[in-house]
Amino acid sequence: MTDPIGFNPPARLLHWSMAALILAMLLIGVAMVTSLADYHALVALHRPLGLLILLLAVLRLANRWRCPPPPLPSDLPAWQRRAAHASHIMLYGLMLAMPLVGWAMLSAARYPVALAGPLVLPPILPQSPMLYAWLRELHTVLAYTLFGIILTHLGAALLHVLIRQDGVFASMAPWRSRRPATTRRADA
Amino acid sequence: MTLLHHLTGAPPGMTTRALMLRLSTIGTVLAGAAGSLAYAGGWLSPGALTPALVIDRFEQVNGPHLGFRRNHAKGLCVAGSFASNGTGARLSKASVFSAGRVTRVAGRVALAGGQPYAADAGTTVRSLALRFPLPDGEEWRTGMNNIPVFPVRTPEAFYEQLLAAKPDPATGKPDPERMKAFFAAHPESVKATGLIKARTITSGFADSTFWSLNAFRFTAADGHVTPVRWAFVPELQATQETAAQASQTDKNYLFDDFVAQLQREPLRWHLIVTLGQTSDATADATLPWPADRERVDVGTLTLTDAAPEEAGNCRDINFDPLVLPEGIAPSGDPLLSARSAAYFRSSTRRAGEEKSASAVPATTTRGPGL
Repeated sequence: MTDPIGFNPPARLLHWSMAALILAMLLIGVAMVTSLADYHALVALHRPLGLLILLLAVLRLANRWRCPPPPLPSDLPAWQRRAAHASHIMLYGLMLAMPLVGWAMLSAARYPVALAGPLVLPPILPQSPMLYAWLRELHTVLAYTLFGIILTHLGAALLHVLIRQDGVFASMAPWRSRRPATTRRADA
Repeated sequence: MTLLHHLTGAPPGMTTRALMLRLSTIGTVLAGAAGSLAYAGGWLSPGALTPALVIDRFEQVNGPHLGFRRNHAKGLCVAGSFASNGTGARLSKASVFSAGRVTRVAGRVALAGGQPYAADAGTTVRSLALRFPLPDGEEWRTGMNNIPVFPVRTPEAFYEQLLAAKPDPATGKPDPERMKAFFAAHPESVKATGLIKARTITSGFADSTFWSLNAFRFTAADGHVTPVRWAFVPELQATQETAAQASQTDKNYLFDDFVAQLQREPLRWHLIVTLGQTSDATADATLPWPADRERVDVGTLTLTDAAPEEAGNCRDINFDPLVLPEGIAPSGDPLLSARSAAYFRSSTRRAGEEKSASAVPATTTRGPGL
């Protein structure tokens, strides 16, 4: 049975699995650039995880287009509504951009983008050291931006569930919402 | 209803105490997430050695040389091919070892050290780096030196040795006290340095043997894993460097001789793979393996062309020893991951810098490989 007020089950599954993957990816990323001993093992994990996140993000956008998300509560202040909208555009943008920038920068530096076993992604940019240096820097800046937005997103989600208690968190909760639609303050 | 209730959108029934408690819970979760990132990123362990610190030390010891490799800064691009004789196929499923396969190879010969314009000297460690593009986007890269073992066992020892061996501006030589202290702390380096010093200094790049130094693992098609080290052994009879050579005024005599030799004839090396046994150290590059270990000649490298470093050729390639095809895997040697990490940092820094011309202009032998 589909939940009338929440995100559909594929959206919830994608949201929570990607949340775990993206957080792991950001931790792996900051760890590998400062590590000597674990550098190789972490990089070998970072590349295939990045491609997986890219594929899941595309799948998620397709699902979102097919099943649009539920509306926000009508009593949410306009600035929060706008912030929610903007942060979601940035989250989706960065989910797609981070793996693509990583792939592009390795292409520009002529590294084979090895995934697993003999699987290697083809280059998507011509060789260019300057372009590589610029994209490498961009990859870091975007990673910290993404982490910042994720913290904001997490803070807002907790505010909805613990303080506003308006059913926004329940609409994406990993379990099915128990509240009927009428208890949402949006409809009160 | 307090201002806090209004700002947070809390229901009027929630007590201010409950609201404060919930707000601090949110704060704690967010601080925990940020703290995890700080922990993973090493901000909470400022004493740890990082790739950036290793490259900083190269810059500290050698001075700034924008656009150049931080180590093995003086070099020349080479090209040729590798012909597999098929005997390696029983050890590794990497396609480079398939019987009869000829792989076009691009590479670089260089002198160790971070001075791109230093005068050639016989005792300076020589290196050969190679890149084997393989089918389906796979690639094998290897960077080798003309020394039989590596002077240090760990990245931390490497970092210490870099500073200890920094020439004193007054004498032009490393401070003997500092070197003494380094060797006292690293007896493994005393032995390794002895073996390195005992090697024959040959007349040039063409008759040098280049060793992999670190151990790797070959995986055969049937899943059998063999610990290996390898070396490119020249077909040319090795001749000792002469006094006349060593006293040359040509600052690039090693490179110039090499280019002249390549112009006369192609130069060949045999890829000799040494098969390790379970008792052999795979995680310690200072230790040689016993001399009686089985050696397998798996194919011939033929170098035909040389060209100065410029945009798009070997200058812009990171010869990361962990760019490996399926069938060749790293051993547990801590230097391998550290080399990969430090090379990446060095190549990232120089990629974004203004480039200057190489000190090795080389009357080029230009072929289709370059």
